[in-house]
Amino acid sequence: MDMQVAKKKLGLKERYAVMTRGLDWTPSYQKMEDIYPYIAYEGIKIHDWDKWEDPFRLTMDAYWKYQAEKERKLYSVLDAYTQGNGHLNVTDARYLNTVKLFLSGISPLEYVAHRGFAHAGRQFPGPGPRVACLMQSVDEIRHAQTQVHAVSNYNKYYNGMHDFHHAHDRVWFLSVPKSFFDDAITAGPFEFMVSIGFSFEYVLTNLLFVPFVSGAAYNGDMAAMTFGFSAQSDEARHMTLGLEVIKFILEQDPDNVPIVQRWINKWTWRGYRVLTLVAMMMDYMLPKRTMSWKESWEIYFEENGGALFKDLARYGITMPKCAEHIALEKDHLSHQAWSTFYNYAAASNFHTWMPDEDEMDWLASKYPNSFDKHYRPRYEFWREQAAKGNRFYNKTLPMLCQTCQIPMIFTEPGDPTKICYREVDYKGDKYHFCSDHCKEIFEYEPEKYVQAWLPVHQIYQGNCFPEGTDPTVEGFDPLAAVLKYYHLENGRDNLDFEGSEDQKNFAEWRGQATKNI
Amino acid sequence: MQIDLRTVSIKPLRHTFDNVARRIGADKPASRYQEGTLDMQQTANFHYRPTWAPEYDIYDASRTAIKMADWYAFKDPRQFYYGAYCLARAKQQETAEANFDFVENRGLAGTLPESVRDTVLKLLVPLRHVAWGSNMNNASVCAYSYGTGFSQPHIYHSMDQLGIAQYITRVGLLLGDVQTLDEGKRAWMEDDAWQGLRRFVEDSFVLQDPFELFVVQNVVLDGLLYPLVYETIIDDVLSSQGGTPVAMLTQFMTDWFTETKKWADATVKIAAAESAENKAILGKWLTDWRDRAAAALLPVARIALGDRTDEVMGEVVQQFNARMAKAGVAI
Repeated sequence: MDMQVAKKKLGLKERYAVMTRGLDWTPSYQKMEDIYPYIAYEGIKIHDWDKWEDPFRLTMDAYWKYQAEKERKLYSVLDAYTQGNGHLNVTDARYLNTVKLFLSGISPLEYVAHRGFAHAGRQFPGPGPRVACLMQSVDEIRHAQTQVHAVSNYNKYYNGMHDFHHAHDRVWFLSVPKSFFDDAITAGPFEFMVSIGFSFEYVLTNLLFVPFVSGAAYNGDMAAMTFGFSAQSDEARHMTLGLEVIKFILEQDPDNVPIVQRWINKWTWRGYRVLTLVAMMMDYMLPKRTMSWKESWEIYFEENGGALFKDLARYGITMPKCAEHIALEKDHLSHQAWSTFYNYAAASNFHTWMPDEDEMDWLASKYPNSFDKHYRPRYEFWREQAAKGNRFYNKTLPMLCQTCQIPMIFTEPGDPTKICYREVDYKGDKYHFCSDHCKEIFEYEPEKYVQAWLPVHQIYQGNCFPEGTDPTVEGFDPLAAVLKYYHLENGRDNLDFEGSEDQKNFAEWRGQATKNI
Repeated sequence: MQIDLRTVSIKPLRHTFDNVARRIGADKPASRYQEGTLDMQQTANFHYRPTWAPEYDIYDASRTAIKMADWYAFKDPRQFYYGAYCLARAKQQETAEANFDFVENRGLAGTLPESVRDTVLKLLVPLRHVAWGSNMNNASVCAYSYGTGFSQPHIYHSMDQLGIAQYITRVGLLLGDVQTLDEGKRAWMEDDAWQGLRRFVEDSFVLQDPFELFVVQNVVLDGLLYPLVYETIIDDVLSSQGGTPVAMLTQFMTDWFTETKKWADATVKIAAAESAENKAILGKWLTDWRDRAAAALLPVARIALGDRTDEVMGEVVQQFNARMAKAGVAI
């Protein structure tokens, strides 16, 4: 029997290399282009996949161990929160509408990210990017599921969330986040990585995921806060991956630079338009605000993003030009959005309200250039009308932007008194846009964007009524039929918070839990 | 006598989400597996077709020849959602770690008869590439299949196979060194014994039907490979020649196969029970690919089994046929 000689210990980097890099091989029985059919058509040139720097060297055994530890903690907090009727500790029942928005608008996107990263991981020939993508894929199904599990208990007590999967595929404003992710996953694998991995996870995460989690923390929502914090280390990995992807692609070939620049321009704008929902959530829907939308844009995009683009300048990447437009909109975005939802509250899956006096003062202090001048008078008028019993719910349908699918509510950059309209004639049809940027995105890939399933068009074409509906019968109520198609219950899931079942139940249950009635 | 802890009890408006209630037949409390799985994948009103495959929707049931009235008929008997999956693997990982420590700390690798160690390294190390191939194939099934009930287990399976490739790598490093891994790869690329299997794996990479890929990779190839290599050669043949420490190092794989085949069997069973057409397609896939896989594995098995190869292989195929017959597809 031979004596075992003490072996040289592998360093961390070498060890990780044999745990992943060493696993792949160059196939000879099938052609590379048949095994990886989607990596050439976007025009991105990769010469050496091994130049990929693994941003985190995580082997599966360590992954299972860390993640299981996090899952254990998360679910024990959720169980305790549920058992102690934690939902009654939120600041104010209006807060729950943020949860509804999140569950129907954002959680389904986590699921698409899961499938999208599985696709990207499958298609990249390099082991480095494949492992990173697949790890993100399995993380994303974690996020989708922990969010559903965290919100599950709220659904038992409050309205609007009971059929959120069904809603996500149908409700008019949810086509905004849905079309964003559909756009990303139907793009090629490299564009997917730039759109989701970089633009969404890296540039915009602090403006999307973080405000919801901070909002939860500020408003006593231990469930959402806990999944948010539990996802934080995953998100940190995803952000690192996003940045690594960009650097890797840019370093591979100078011809990649203009392609990547176009994607960054497009996805910064697409992402920003989705953030409209977050802006309104931050400024209007959180009873206890964390910061204003404008402040968060200034910190997380203008400052942090500015530093990032300075860093990317050495690759020839510049700040997307839409940033100038966004800067002009930041005093208006959330107000225009909330006004729209207040108008269309009859067709939504959450409740709306007019800000009270204190909230108006907060808004005025955060938006000194715009709020008192343009929005306070409008709100005061609506509030008066509602007090007189004239609450007006708009039941006609707005024109949508063909690209971002938001109603055409935004004003001209620099002129908040004039709605911004753009249009393009394409193959005999007219297409409408909310901005130059959405128009430009369409013009670059018209064959893609003409396919958009625009909720308003679909309603007018009769595609959003329950099967068997006859819209020609006397007294046909289109809104009632559309709500049925959405699986929303009129008077329970929609309309104002004031007078809602949520409001009534919350007050009664809180009393039951805190007083001896 | 029981203690009666009191909590404030509020009557809920509903017990689960509507989509879950519709599928489980009533509004009653649902499990985390159900709430985290059912209808998670979007089904309607997609905005754009994939630029990389415009003939399909983003998720498209017509990518496979298998037809299901309801793709959520597929249920994972392990009820794995992410949390349950990670907890299960973390536990197995702990056992694996303890086993590696045990073998390492007691210098058991050095006690292996040289012939056993050589056989293990020759047989096992190239299999890290097979596991890597499975990692890719399972990512493929996850990405292109329909319905979370069917797609979800594949991402877990994909990560499992990466883990297995890494455990094999560790065995190679423990019983050999980095050159052992290089030698394993050279054999995988060049030696005749491995070319049938490598061709099989590379051919599986270009399969377009996600259900067929599930059958080829997870049912057929693993269904022959794991009983052959881990259950028979390592746990049985080599153990009797003083190779028990190796069986400790591959316990993860043995346990993993025992667990995952329950899911694979359940999945075959549900698809076959759906229709005679499905059953016929499955029968053809299983037969064709079983014959190819068995032929490809034969020279690999010979590394450890020598003269007994044909006999053992025959038994493994018999067992596999019996397993499939039990799942409802006689082959």
